[in-house]
Amino acid sequence: MKILVCISKSPDTTAKIAFTDGNSKFDENGVQYIVNPYDEWYALVRALELVEANGGTVTTITVGTAADDPTIRKALAIGANDAVRIDGQALDASYVAKQISEYAKDKNFDIIFTGKETINYNGAQVGGMIAENLNQPFISLATKLDINGETATLERDVQGGVEVVEVNTPFVISAAKGMAEQRIPNMRGIMAARTKPLNVVPAVDLENLTTVVSYSLPEAKEGCKYIDPENMDELVDLLHNQSKVI
Amino acid sequence: MSVLVFIEAKNKVSKAALEAVSYGSKIGSTTVITFGDISSDELAIVGEYGGEKVLIHRGINKSNDQQLTNLIHAAVESSGATIVVLSQDQTGKSIGPRVAAKLNAGHVSGAIDLPDTSNGFQVNTNVFSGKAMATVAVHSDKKVISILPNSISPEKTGGSTTIEEFDADLGEGKIVVKEMKTQGEGIPLPEAELVVSAGRGLKGPENWGIVEDLAKTLGATTACSRPVADIGWRPHHEHVGQTGIAIRPNLYIAAGISGAIQHLAGVNGSKVIVVINTDAEAPFFKAADYGVVGDAFEVLPRLNEAFKKFHNSQN
Ligand SMILES: Cc1cc2nc3c(=O)[nH]c(=O)nc-3n(C[C@H](O)[C@H](O)[C@H](O)COP(=O)(O)OP(=O)(O)OC[C@H]3O[C@@H](n4cnc5c(N)ncnc54)[C@H](O)[C@@H]3O)c2cc1C
Ligand SMILES: Nc1ncnc2c1ncn2[C@@H]1O[C@H](COP(=O)(O)O)[C@@H](O)[C@H]1O
Repeated sequence: MKILVCISKSPDTTAKIAFTDGNSKFDENGVQYIVNPYDEWYALVRALELVEANGGTVTTITVGTAADDPTIRKALAIGANDAVRIDGQALDASYVAKQISEYAKDKNFDIIFTGKETINYNGAQVGGMIAENLNQPFISLATKLDINGETATLERDVQGGVEVVEVNTPFVISAAKGMAEQRIPNMRGIMAARTKPLNVVPAVDLENLTTVVSYSLPEAKEGCKYIDPENMDELVDLLHNQSKVI
Repeated sequence: MSVLVFIEAKNKVSKAALEAVSYGSKIGSTTVITFGDISSDELAIVGEYGGEKVLIHRGINKSNDQQLTNLIHAAVESSGATIVVLSQDQTGKSIGPRVAAKLNAGHVSGAIDLPDTSNGFQVNTNVFSGKAMATVAVHSDKKVISILPNSISPEKTGGSTTIEEFDADLGEGKIVVKEMKTQGEGIPLPEAELVVSAGRGLKGPENWGIVEDLAKTLGATTACSRPVADIGWRPHHEHVGQTGIAIRPNLYIAAGISGAIQHLAGVNGSKVIVVINTDAEAPFFKAADYGVVGDAFEVLPRLNEAFKKFHNSQN
């Protein structure tokens, strides 16, 4: 089985969110980057489990610059066989998806995994776009994936519940919580990752369809009004008359 | 500008669908595309919110993202729309990006307000899990906008709609649905206006009765912090936060939740936040509008009684 896992980096979940250059750029000062949790915990780990059970290879792919290499090495340390980095600036989902599709189109991957979303852009866009570009079905928000020969059985979150579906390879999924358990890389994995192949390939020339013009932070709350725990009538009154939410 | 709004409507047109229709009608002349068995009487409400025409395809399974994409594509061709609007719910996440790729359109997902066309075409969206907002410029001729549930209030225009059966070649459906496990009744979290949530401070799953009672009185949906879902006290679909569901209800009541940054990321879009915690130093109070320093085991039942009294006085 040949699996491709799309790996992106995101700021550590506790990173301070601030902007520079007239609020047009994320302020990376002092920010630690991690592998986007959905890509690492769910997509990558489930891909590794499938290959451990059925044989095959797991390749990771990232659209980014050399600044992405440490997070790519982390994915290799967790167990991926090799990695591809498409050397480009990942600023727009359609750009990222087209680069990945272009790379994958003649390589016969059985499954392409993405995470549910990146925790910085929260677009939940890249997976569906790759699927359309490659004319494959896309199973979004998948929480479970088993495979038997060419037929996969998946569970996924849909409006109002969970759907159990069957689909034949090749297909693209976005992996959500439930798919697998987080794996902590061990020393051997970390050592091995240093010598695993990380192939840097040039990006194809493409225009971005969208650009972030500026960022802003939410307005600060006015401050918390404390209510006597004995006096919940007062709270209800405030919610009704002042905040008007009930 | 001509707009196509995609809605999913099972037996009734949902609030999220009306948000999308209303949003579309504020941008331009709006055609709605939908599918399934819903009756024409139920669909008529779309007109009241600005949908001028409804196209409905009767025989299609919603789980086949490729077929739905082809349906929307055909409706774009037939209506001449340059902007496609849909709700950023589970179905929206499954097909929005596909439709964008098919149309070679720039895609804004999670839009929180109307586009600004004074200088190109710009839309605001939530980023960094709700910790910030981005203004996104779309350069392509065609555009796809998925709107975040609960960020646009649907407004009546007093119009009416015509309903037309719409047929198109949808191609093969490659996804076979084996089973649908419904998740109880009630309003799904991303759409809920009122949410009651609890964390590890509740000590164990057996204590959730007081949370559920309060939610029931309010007609609210229940939620929880991540560790509570991880240890199996509550189902995963209740987990809110940076790695769970992001919500933006009108009212979020959080009991026994410390307010870790990853939790706040998913809930700080709420209009009003009430925090109940025994620890006056809990970080959540900094993000709260109203704070109650007290024991959830006493405060939640008391709050429940107060709401009941309030409801009785309203009737
Ligand atoms: C990468 C990453 C992603 C994460 N994503 C999420 C996420 O999406 N969502 C999320 O929620 N967390 C997330 N977390 C976990 C987060 O950091 C916190 O650990 C978690 O939110 C804490 O949950 P809690 O508030 O229920 O528990 P605790 O932190 O244990 O807090 C319990 C609170 O209850 C109070 N309390 C105790 N007894 C009572 C009582 N009788 N009455 C009232 N109050 C009481 C305590 O004072 C305390 O403040 C993530 C962590 C990481 C590292
Ligand atoms: N620059 C990138 N390189 C590789 N994969 C990416 C990149 N950006 C996003 N992805 C993948 O697409 C998923 C969804 O991203 P997004 O559409 O940004 O929410 C992520 O979880 C990743 O698996």
